[in-house]
Amino acid sequence: MAEATVFASNPAKAAVAHAHQARSPMRWLVLAVLLALLVFTLFPFFIALLNAFKPGTDYVRGGPLSIPTYLQFDSIAKFWKDADYARKLFNSTLISVTVSVLAVGISLFNAYALGIGRVRGSTVILAILLLGTMVPQESIIYPIYWMAKTVGLYDTQLSVIIVTAVLHSAFGTYLLSSVMSTFPREILEAAEIDGATRWQTLTKVVIPIMTPTLMVLGTFFFIWTWNEFLIPVVMLVSNNNQTVAVAMGLTRGQNMSDPTLQAAAGLLGILPTVIFFLIFQRTLTRGVVAGAVK
Amino acid sequence: MAVDSVARHRRGYYLYLIPGFLGLILIVIGPQIANFVLSFTAWKGVGTPRWVGAQNYQRLLTDDQFWGSMHNTLFYMLSMTVIPVLIGLVLASLLFDYVRDQFSERLSSFFRAAFYLPQILPLTVAGVLWGWILNPVGVANAILKMVGLGALAQNWIGDATYALAAVSLVIVWVQVGYCLVVFMAGLSRIDPALYEAAQLDGAGWWQRLVAITVPMLAPEIFVVALTTLIAALKVFAPVFVLTQGGPDDATLAPSYLTYFHFFTTQRVGYAAAVSTVQMILTLGLAVIFLVFQQRQAERGV
Repeated sequence: MAEATVFASNPAKAAVAHAHQARSPMRWLVLAVLLALLVFTLFPFFIALLNAFKPGTDYVRGGPLSIPTYLQFDSIAKFWKDADYARKLFNSTLISVTVSVLAVGISLFNAYALGIGRVRGSTVILAILLLGTMVPQESIIYPIYWMAKTVGLYDTQLSVIIVTAVLHSAFGTYLLSSVMSTFPREILEAAEIDGATRWQTLTKVVIPIMTPTLMVLGTFFFIWTWNEFLIPVVMLVSNNNQTVAVAMGLTRGQNMSDPTLQAAAGLLGILPTVIFFLIFQRTLTRGVVAGAVK
Repeated sequence: MAVDSVARHRRGYYLYLIPGFLGLILIVIGPQIANFVLSFTAWKGVGTPRWVGAQNYQRLLTDDQFWGSMHNTLFYMLSMTVIPVLIGLVLASLLFDYVRDQFSERLSSFFRAAFYLPQILPLTVAGVLWGWILNPVGVANAILKMVGLGALAQNWIGDATYALAAVSLVIVWVQVGYCLVVFMAGLSRIDPALYEAAQLDGAGWWQRLVAITVPMLAPEIFVVALTTLIAALKVFAPVFVLTQGGPDDATLAPSYLTYFHFFTTQRVGYAAAVSTVQMILTLGLAVIFLVFQQRQAERGV
């Protein structure tokens, strides 16, 4: 059914298309090439799903492409328990949500001063911030690691939250400033005439109007933080504090001998992302553009 | 408003920069300076760093591992930038200029979404999946055997001949979606009349790609190329998960080399020197990027 809806084209549109281009047999060749690329792109997702519930004996007999004769949930259960996956999901969610809120807040404050306040030196400050987001994390990680050890924040989620939020907010400031610099001046002037303070203008005028943009930014921060690897792998040594991305990074090789367990690990790693993707698909594919070009 | 009142008016906004700036100094600028200073010392991470001048940099010049990682970075630039940009351009143009006309808009959006999916997966998860597919008893070899091509089976990530290509393949798999999405958004701002006129003149899809799409997408191509080149200098997670830089340093990247010396051999000063080189290269590309963005802004794009 899904396929039928995807392929069914609007008759009016089809007529227009006819006027544009003659339909040639070439179109099926093009479609075949695109489908081949699609299969390659989705292959790891598909193969993980196909094997995560496959009995080990089936895998041995039929290989990775065979259809399971029955479904087993042991591999999923084993990885879930061994990796303490519920805990990892909780940690990743906690860290990502906190970073998202914090980084949007910092970005908003910065951008309010730079984009709307137009304080002197805005261009220079923005340039420094942008460079801040681009420098390799490797060149700041050791001093941060050392500082965290010194102040007792090593192996705490707070350390990852602070560092990640600051790094993301540099990008957020850059993006929001350019959006806010086009904020309608009349509205700001009206607020000022009504006697609003700067704080009131921010909370009662700017934030409500900017909410959609802030949500997009927050979504991106959430996913970037969820996927973050170097900082959490350095800062979070104990199992209890680790995130999904770190747990996945450290599983490598451990279950080499058990293919269905690897499939289960992969599938459990994919699942949250696919859920975000289904929820935020439009936001993500549009937002990345704002991020890259603006 | 009088001039000094405007100035006073503006001054109040500086307060809003305080949290961001404290963070920036504490997390980015301070550590960056500290790292730079450390690159002139010998330090094991405990005790007092010992000043050794430019010794770390001298050693770096003759370090095969460092040069190997730089050499590999060129390959990572191929798989992070060149190949995904080319595939992304062709795909974007096919989906925008061909599939939409010949099939439907929905099919085109469906493809775009599907190709984008690997881009938002944690790289470590991508590593787990591909590590399983590419290992000696993994999915790839099993399929080769199944179709009677067992002779072609290789230890894809464990053999120095194939490891770099295998890691590159995974990177391309991740990166195509990013290029595609940015290019398709860029295409939507191009006047459709251009394509219609070209079609009336009998230009085929390929001619439209070369004569219209590529020139019109020049700003997007530039942005994508620079951001991904910068990312290529920082490839870390795929190497960490898939090969740990091996076999025989065949896939070693500068980021992995610094990580290895910081946290495994504890040669902190030396690792700081490697990461400083990495930082300077990144900064060079970043400055080009900034100048370009500034020009675009001036032109009002």
